[in-house]
Amino acid sequence: MIRAIFFAAGLAILSLPALAATQAEAEAAIAAAQAAESAAVAAKAAWTTTETALTQARKALADGKWDEAIAAANEALAQAKLSVEQANEQKASWRNAVFR
Amino acid sequence: MIKSSLRDRFALARNVACALLLLAAAPAKAADEKIDPEADRRALQAFFFAKFPNVAKDDFGNGPYAVNAEMRKQWKEIMEFPPYELALDEGHAEWEKPFANGKHYADCFDNKGEGVRQTYPRFIAETGQVETLEGAINRCRVENGEKPLDPMTGVMASLAAVMSESSRGKPFAIAIPDDPRALAAYERGKEFFYSRKGQLGVSCASCHMSPAGERMRGDILAPALGILAAMPIYRSDWGSMGTSIRRISTCSSQTRAVPLKPDDEDYRNVEYFLSYMSNGIPIVGPGTRP
Ligand code: HEC
Repeated sequence: MIRAIFFAAGLAILSLPALAATQAEAEAAIAAAQAAESAAVAAKAAWTTTETALTQARKALADGKWDEAIAAANEALAQAKLSVEQANEQKASWRNAVFR
Repeated sequence: MIKSSLRDRFALARNVACALLLLAAAPAKAADEKIDPEADRRALQAFFFAKFPNVAKDDFGNGPYAVNAEMRKQWKEIMEFPPYELALDEGHAEWEKPFANGKHYADCFDNKGEGVRQTYPRFIAETGQVETLEGAINRCRVENGEKPLDPMTGVMASLAAVMSESSRGKPFAIAIPDDPRALAAYERGKEFFYSRKGQLGVSCASCHMSPAGERMRGDILAPALGILAAMPIYRSDWGSMGTSIRRISTCSSQTRAVPLKPDDEDYRNVEYFLSYMSNGIPIVGPGTRP
C-alpha cells in the first residue's frame, strides 16, 4: 500500500514538467491560432469571438500565464476552424434558406 | 466568456447539423437554378405586402417606423427637428465647393446628381463590378485629384444625404443590365443575404425577413423591403450619421462576424440585391433612427 502511494507520488512528480506549459508552447499555440484566423479572414468567414479569444491569449502570454494562453489560443483555433467550416457549409446550403 | 462561447458553439453545431439534415431532406434544389431577379423581387414584395397589409407601399422605407405604431409616434416628435439637418447643411456646402481643379461633384453624375440616388448601386461595365452611391462619390473625388472620403460617416454621409434628399419620393429604379457579370453580382448579393455568418450563425434574412416588425432587444427589426431607402441615417445610438455600409457593417458585427472592408465586393453586391428587391419603393432618406 505504502509502496503504491510512493509509486503514485513518484509518477506525479515525473509527469509534472510535462503538465506545466512553457512559454514556447504558448507562443506556438498562439501562432497556430493566428494562422487559422488569418485563413478565416481571407475566406471572409472570421468571427469576432475568435479575435477576442486571440487577444485574451496574447494578454495571458504577456502576463506569463502560459496555461491560460494556451487554453485561449486553442479556443481561438477551434473557432477559426469552425468559422471556415460554416462558410464552406453555407456555400452549399444557402439556397435552402431562400424565401420563395 | 469562453464558457458562454462554448455554449454558443454547441448551438451553432446544432444549427449546422440541422442545416445539413435539411439539405439531405431537400434533394439539391438544382444549383443551376435560373437567376431571375424580377421573379425574386415580386415574391419578396408579395411576402411583405401580405405580412404588413396595413403598411402603405410608399412607407416601407421608413423601416421600424412603418411597422410599429409606438415607434411611429416617437418619430413624429423627433421629426419636428430632424437630427440630420446639420448633415444636410454640411452636405450642401460641400456639394457646392469646387475641387482644386475647379470641377464639382455635379460634373460626375447624370443630371448633375439631382434626383438620381434611386438608381444606385449601379453595375459598371468597365469594371464588371457593382458601384454604390458612396463608391461613385469617392470615384468622382479621385478622378478629380481629391482624396477619397471615409465611406461610413462624416462628409460622405452628408453628401449622400444631399443626393437622397433630391431623390425623395422617387422609387428605387435599379437596373441589372443584360450582362452575365451583372446577374452574377446580383446572385452573389442574394447569396450573401441568405448565408448564415458570424459566431451566432445567422443571416441577414434571419433578422430582416420573417421576424421583421418584431422586437430585438430595444430595436424593431426593419423589413428587408425598402431597407436602404432611408439611407443615410442619423442614428441616436451612434450619435452621428451613417451610410448604408455603416449600418450593414454594424449588423455584421451583431452576428459576431468580423465586418468586411467597407468597399468589399460582397457588401456592394448585397446592397445591389437589396436595392433591386426594393424597386418601386420610394426613397425617403436621409432618415433618422433610434
Ligand atoms: C441579429 C439580427 C440581425 C441580423 C442578422 C442583421 N441585422 Fe440588420 N438590423 C438589425 C437591427 C436590430 C437593426 C436596427 C433596427 C432596424 O432598423 O431593423 C438593423 C438594421 C438594419 C438596416 C437599417 C434599416 C433601417 O430602416 O434603418 C439595414 C440596411 C440592415 N440592418 C441590413 C442588414 C444586412 C445587409 C444584414 C446581413 C449582413 C443584416 N442587416 C443582418 C438586426 C440584424
